[in-house]
Amino acid sequence: MNYRIFILGLSIIFAMFFSFPTLFNTDSGKKINLGLDLQGGMYMLLGVNVEEAVENKVKSIAQSIKYNTNKNDILIEDLQLLPTSVEFSLLSSVQKMELEKILLEQKEGEVKNNGLKYSITLTNKEVQQTKDFAVVQTVERVRNRLDQFGLAEPTVVKQGKTDIVVQLPGIKTLQEEQRSRDLISKPGNLQMMEVDEEKMRSQYSWTSLKLEGTGSIKLPNIEGGEIILKEIPILTGDNIKDSRVMFDESNQPMISFDLDSFGAKVFGDFTGNNVGKRLAIVLDGKVYSAPVIKQRIGGGSGQISGNFTIEEAGNVSIALKSGALPASITMLEKRSVGPSLGADSIKASMIALISGFVCVIIFMYIYYRRVGLVSNLVLIVNVLLIIAIMSLFGATLTLPGMAGIVLTVGMAVDANVIINERIREGLIKGKKVKEAIEEGYDNAIRAILDANITTLLVAIILYAYGTGPIKGFAITISIGILVSMLTAILGTHGIYQLLGKKIDRQKHWFGV
Amino acid sequence: MQFFKDNKIYDLMSKKKFFGVFSLVLVTLSIVLLFTKGLNFGIDFKGGTIVQVKYEAKAPIQNIRGILDNTEYKGSEVTRFGSESEIIIKIKQSTTAIGEDLGDKISKILTPTGEYEIRRVDMVGPKVGNELKEKGLTALILSLLVILAYVSYRFEYRFAVASILALVHDVLITVGVLIVFQVDINLDILAAILTIIGYSLNDTIIVFDRVRESVENTKESDLNKLLNNSISKTLSRTTLTSLTTFFVVLTLFLFGGEIIHGFALTMLVGVIVGTYSSIFVASPILDRFNFDISNYRLNKDKKEQARKAKERERQMYENGRI
Repeated sequence: MNYRIFILGLSIIFAMFFSFPTLFNTDSGKKINLGLDLQGGMYMLLGVNVEEAVENKVKSIAQSIKYNTNKNDILIEDLQLLPTSVEFSLLSSVQKMELEKILLEQKEGEVKNNGLKYSITLTNKEVQQTKDFAVVQTVERVRNRLDQFGLAEPTVVKQGKTDIVVQLPGIKTLQEEQRSRDLISKPGNLQMMEVDEEKMRSQYSWTSLKLEGTGSIKLPNIEGGEIILKEIPILTGDNIKDSRVMFDESNQPMISFDLDSFGAKVFGDFTGNNVGKRLAIVLDGKVYSAPVIKQRIGGGSGQISGNFTIEEAGNVSIALKSGALPASITMLEKRSVGPSLGADSIKASMIALISGFVCVIIFMYIYYRRVGLVSNLVLIVNVLLIIAIMSLFGATLTLPGMAGIVLTVGMAVDANVIINERIREGLIKGKKVKEAIEEGYDNAIRAILDANITTLLVAIILYAYGTGPIKGFAITISIGILVSMLTAILGTHGIYQLLGKKIDRQKHWFGV
Repeated sequence: MQFFKDNKIYDLMSKKKFFGVFSLVLVTLSIVLLFTKGLNFGIDFKGGTIVQVKYEAKAPIQNIRGILDNTEYKGSEVTRFGSESEIIIKIKQSTTAIGEDLGDKISKILTPTGEYEIRRVDMVGPKVGNELKEKGLTALILSLLVILAYVSYRFEYRFAVASILALVHDVLITVGVLIVFQVDINLDILAAILTIIGYSLNDTIIVFDRVRESVENTKESDLNKLLNNSISKTLSRTTLTSLTTFFVVLTLFLFGGEIIHGFALTMLVGVIVGTYSSIFVASPILDRFNFDISNYRLNKDKKEQARKAKERERQMYENGRI
């Protein structure tokens, strides 16, 4: 027993054991994942517009300044929103102490003041944090939504600084695809806002432009017309605990939601203090309803109704449950493959793999005869090993990856060929078989290593710079190279040593 | 079976002028094509949308073109894809909206053309396209640099430069063929080109390894003879491996399906050119750069002496004499 044949034996057992689940598609055991191009599905690269998240943060700082100064009767003017800062002036220096007391409570941004002019600027660190958090939150919420949509194994991961990769292998039809895209793109921003009854009385004289800086805004009502609302919401979707689709008396779908305990308390207090006024339910910048408050509403639940289809209502309810997107997202890249095309691709590449494999095996036998059989045995082990390793790591097999395996079959025999040629050379010079074998391996190893290492280096670069399917190609090529070196250098050598004396006088084994 | 007679040395170096001119002509043609016709970038690098549609019957291409010309997608390319019933529509536009994408719109537009199934929609925005182009170019250049460094380290810088030039030769000619066949350059083509770099280099290194071995182990001092000898000795191997690889790539080309066609074609050309260059181009370049056998041996001896001196020193250190 030599150590080479021992390693080869172990490799064969390993290869058979771990490639089994993939080859025979068993229920348990680790299998190779099929890439989206082979099983069908949708890949999307989404960009998060992180600047929006920063804008929103600046806006919320401005809102809280406005709210707090209003509450304490501090008079300010020229409130301005800049990309990363808020600026305003105090009207009279008498209120300086009071204002600064409020500003002390301002946790975000750096407060600067020059005479009566004040500015609150987000530090670079805060800006970066806001952006990063927006991406992380978007990833989480998009994932949440897709999970609730009930598709098989959605993956949502951050890529680079502001991008998100979404992969949906379970998508089978265009309708499903469309719905999942709707679901992802819905901002899901719910706000409960107080109707500005005072301004509503003269609503036609208030244009959106005029309303700027007054603390009120005008939003479209889905039932037609526009409604003027107090800009700072009473509650937002952040306080929603749960949401579901329900049906009203006329069997029209509507969305019902429950608030968490904090939300319920705020909601109860507000409705208790504002009986007779109207409360608007605003979703993604549109007013869905604005009922008059008849009494204090405890319990903290509410409904949104407005001619939804069941599907839309479902999407809104999922969006509410998973939370609003902190910033809008745009599509940068999308690739969707129907399941039938994937199946065709698998079939085509399997035919190529098998026919390529058979070609090489026949060819090697014709050229090298018995030794060709040894190479062929090792080649089969080689392919099984690639499948086993990929299964073990749960690697993803893509169409280019499939091409990579086919290519590896062609290139894997290379190491065998180099060795066999060297052995032949020795035999022709008149060396004994055993001597020729040992010398052949000694001489071949340096060439095999140098040649394969360079190819491996290129494959690694391909992996580092490639995306999606190309990475799959780089992986199969790399595994193929490593495995072929193992099987060719150790494997065949071990077999020859095992055969030992049997082939000592059999030069014809090598076709000489 | 044997392709080449044992111990027969082919005098390839005497024909280096012929092959040199032949290669130069091909490379020049490719460069001319590259600057006149240019590469036909696909959506991966240029941005845009591809919609693959399979009809139940024969695809009414004329009808589809007519209908598309009356929409905002005027000028989209409609081509057959593999079978009679399958087509591909290449659209220059891409959308950033997530809710409604071009696939949906095209699907609506095509409704009157018959029963069909949309099998694939690939959309690449301009931002990603530029990014991919940048990444692709970086990968290409980085691979060449890494190869340059590795081969210089394992052999000598002249070997490295010769193999790199041979690779550039291969890539240029392959690209030339891609231009002639008007293959869309997408990511998979880039992967194929990088694989060819790996493959052709593999071949070249096997030959150079023989050269290195002959320089180190024989007393041959005539470079041409030495190169002829090395190439001839590796000729069987080069041909054999090229043939097996060629077979499998050919099966990919013939049976691998339409999507992988461009990839397989690139590989097919690459394998042929790569094999040719490692036999007929790389070694003559080595000669051209005045590779000096005695100098190599001198350096090798020096290195060996330095190594031995170091070892002696270490031994002395271990024996406690220093």
